[in-house]
Amino acid sequence: MAFYLKNSRNIINNLKSKVGLSSLMKQHSCSCLNHNNYCRFPASTATSPFAPQLNNLDLNSHKRGCLFMSQRFESTIAEKQFASVQNGEDNQALDFPGGKIIFSPDMRFLSESPSAHTYCFRVLDDNGQLIKQSNYIQVSEEIAVKMYSDMVTLQTMDTIFYEAQRQGRISFYVTTIGEEAINIASAAALTSDDFVFPQYREPGVLIWRGFTLQEFANQCFGNRADYGKGRQMPIHYGSNKHKYFTVSSTIATQIPHAVGAAYSLKMDKKDACVVTYFGDGGTSEGDFHAALNFAAVTEAPVIFICRNNGWAISTPTSDQFRSDGIAVRGQAYGVQSIRVDGNDALAMYSAVHTARKMAVNEHRPILIEAVTYRVGHHSTSDDSTKYRPAEEIEWWRMARDPVTRFRKWVESNGWWSSEAETQLRSSIRNQLLHAIQMAEKVEKPPVEELFTDVYDDLPSNLREQEKLLRETISRHPQDFPADVPH
Amino acid sequence: MLGIVRQKVLGQSLQKVRPGVSLLRSYSSAAKQMTVREALNSALDEEMSADPKVFLMGEEVGEYQGAYKISKGLLEKYGPERVLDTPITEAGFTGIGVGAAYYGLKPVVEFMTFNFSMQAIDHIINSAAKSNYMSAGQISVPIVFRGPNGAAAGVGAQHSQCYAAWYASCPGLKVLTPYNSEDARGLLKAAIRDPDPVIFLENELLYGESFPVSDEVLDSSFCLPIGKAKIEREGKDVTISAFSKMVGHALKAAEILEKDGIDAEVINLRSIRPLDRSTINTSVRKTNRLITVEEGFPQHGVGAEICASVVEESFGYLDAPVERVAGADVPMPYAANLERMAVPQVEDIVRAAKRACYRSVPLAAAA
Ligand SMILES: Cc1ncc(C[n+]2csc(CCOP(=O)(O)OP(=O)(O)O)c2C)c(N)n1
Ligand SMILES: [Mg+2]
Repeated sequence: MAFYLKNSRNIINNLKSKVGLSSLMKQHSCSCLNHNNYCRFPASTATSPFAPQLNNLDLNSHKRGCLFMSQRFESTIAEKQFASVQNGEDNQALDFPGGKIIFSPDMRFLSESPSAHTYCFRVLDDNGQLIKQSNYIQVSEEIAVKMYSDMVTLQTMDTIFYEAQRQGRISFYVTTIGEEAINIASAAALTSDDFVFPQYREPGVLIWRGFTLQEFANQCFGNRADYGKGRQMPIHYGSNKHKYFTVSSTIATQIPHAVGAAYSLKMDKKDACVVTYFGDGGTSEGDFHAALNFAAVTEAPVIFICRNNGWAISTPTSDQFRSDGIAVRGQAYGVQSIRVDGNDALAMYSAVHTARKMAVNEHRPILIEAVTYRVGHHSTSDDSTKYRPAEEIEWWRMARDPVTRFRKWVESNGWWSSEAETQLRSSIRNQLLHAIQMAEKVEKPPVEELFTDVYDDLPSNLREQEKLLRETISRHPQDFPADVPH
Repeated sequence: MLGIVRQKVLGQSLQKVRPGVSLLRSYSSAAKQMTVREALNSALDEEMSADPKVFLMGEEVGEYQGAYKISKGLLEKYGPERVLDTPITEAGFTGIGVGAAYYGLKPVVEFMTFNFSMQAIDHIINSAAKSNYMSAGQISVPIVFRGPNGAAAGVGAQHSQCYAAWYASCPGLKVLTPYNSEDARGLLKAAIRDPDPVIFLENELLYGESFPVSDEVLDSSFCLPIGKAKIEREGKDVTISAFSKMVGHALKAAEILEKDGIDAEVINLRSIRPLDRSTINTSVRKTNRLITVEEGFPQHGVGAEICASVVEESFGYLDAPVERVAGADVPMPYAANLERMAVPQVEDIVRAAKRACYRSVPLAAAA
């Protein structure tokens, strides 16, 4: 393999032709602005108290918001290359397979973290007011009201199902409290042609797509009407009709699956993309890394949405990784990435909407890091006050509640009233209580469902097993549960 | 031809058959009670205190004290250097554990459940199990992989699989399956002290169960031999082999059978690899009947291996077909009614034993 050296002047020409000088200039001016506009992100330093930092951050939010906008959604790759070219003015370059490498006499190690934390895109301030000059995607009244209603539905469903678990009516539950905006706003920004590969804290996507409260209840109760035929734990929803793949318990496995599906969409020339969700914890699995790399190399139309909610059961992000959150990793894999305030529904909507366009039109993966907080316990098997301060939870539940924040914005547009609020909440509550009662009444899955679907066709050995089981049940009915429909 | 092979094998193994050593060791007479969780915790604690090379690693083992509180108090006692909370990367901490073992440490790696060890199985099979052999004995791998295995209650297919047969099919590994507190203490200590990689399969539903333990079991020097089964209950009419939670089921079945005049012998396998073939065959030669019980899938299961061993070594002693009681040949369903039918119940064992003893009409005839 022959490496040869060239004068770096060629590089500038090279870059000019590749990127376009005007774009280089624009990127350059953006990066200047960014330097004045440093901001820190709370969830990446879980060991320090969250609240004070965020308060600081909020003081500057107007200024930061508008300055940040000028660079929104644009790749920073050109900017970095331009900087290297300048530094390497009098040095030589190595024409290396995959790109030129510029030599430098400076022995400088790349820092373990960028000098400033990655910016966080936000449109609404903590009071639900639009930050001046925000560059966001406008949402119609109809969409905004549906978004808000669905966020309330999700919140109410969590409260009531959680209670049902505490009463012993279902065996397990996981809430999405605090992450309603990520759930609903991202779903709203997609089209019904897009495929979803969820982790488990994204039932809001299904709500948005029209999965009914009765359908949720049927799954949690594992009854005969459950589309999963009672085969999976509560909250492992799935619906082909809604292009929502059945939740898998094994962390992060959905991420490479999403890339594979996106690759198929691309092969089929479909005008659609795949969206996959995962937590901060999930990014530690090898599957995350393989998925990002493959998505970049195969140019698959996939949107990776990481819900960086600060915790993976009891593990804070500081024990999970030492990178500046998740967005920076996208860059390392050659994937355009953005960090978004996950508690700002409008920012989430805008980022996903834009990401979708880029993914579908340009055939490229996009990584979105939605910064948020897991307000509930990890699951009904967990008591999170054992490992994190109650005040921290309370602060996020109250002061940073994404539902209230979005409501304020919807209200300020004159699209919502307190009467509508009261009516919505009581109606959803009643629908949920009814759904639970109905789900409880529906009988459990029948014997045959123990054996179907292991394979597409029931093989003879399973047919024999079923026959044997039925015979045994009829001979020894007292040895078997009474609630087995035949 | 097959017959000749069988006789040859039989001839060889007859010399190997010794009375079960475990028969002579009966520690379960004293009145003190201990949960399996306490047994595991105390075994870890004592081995960590006895040997500074021993350390514990896994998701949530430190601050959270383990997903099932097995490592309670250990972080406080031994500090974060020896009780390591890891990121969610099973392939990562398993590989890192294996590397630490190469270097001479004695890692105890906890999987939240053995289902998640599937993320890391390459390091277990291709690295841990084979390195001593491939390096011609230069690199030993004294590591323990432990955590709950098999069916818990209401957690579905991806949290409810038994991996005993999987790991037991791999040379280089030792596979232990404790049932009660005595087993948990004695076998975990043996696993940690052992120079080879050991797969230690616990059961979530047993963690909270209390069992009587003698003073000897509580002594910090207590240790059980790897590769020895234990006769939990002596009997003369039918042998029931079981491991982990199924030992409890087999003992309950034996009580029920006793009322019908059937005297069942229950073998607690304790070790799946090495498998204590001599204890099993000695028992079958006495009772002439065998029922194997396991929660895992029937095909290529532990029962299949035991059955093959008995056919090879004690065929002439069998008075009835061997029956395997195993999990249904399907992934575990969640719905409680289906789940119950997918895992072996005490009644299944009772019925199988009665069939073996010709006390009930065979199933096919009754249909
Ligand atoms: C492969 C695998 N390892 C471990 C687990 C156990 N587990 C379930 S959820 C979880 C934490 C996930 O945290 P994160 O990805 O941040 O999602 P969050 O719960 O915060 O939404 C862990 C470790 C699992 N389900 N699968
Ligand atoms: Mg998380």
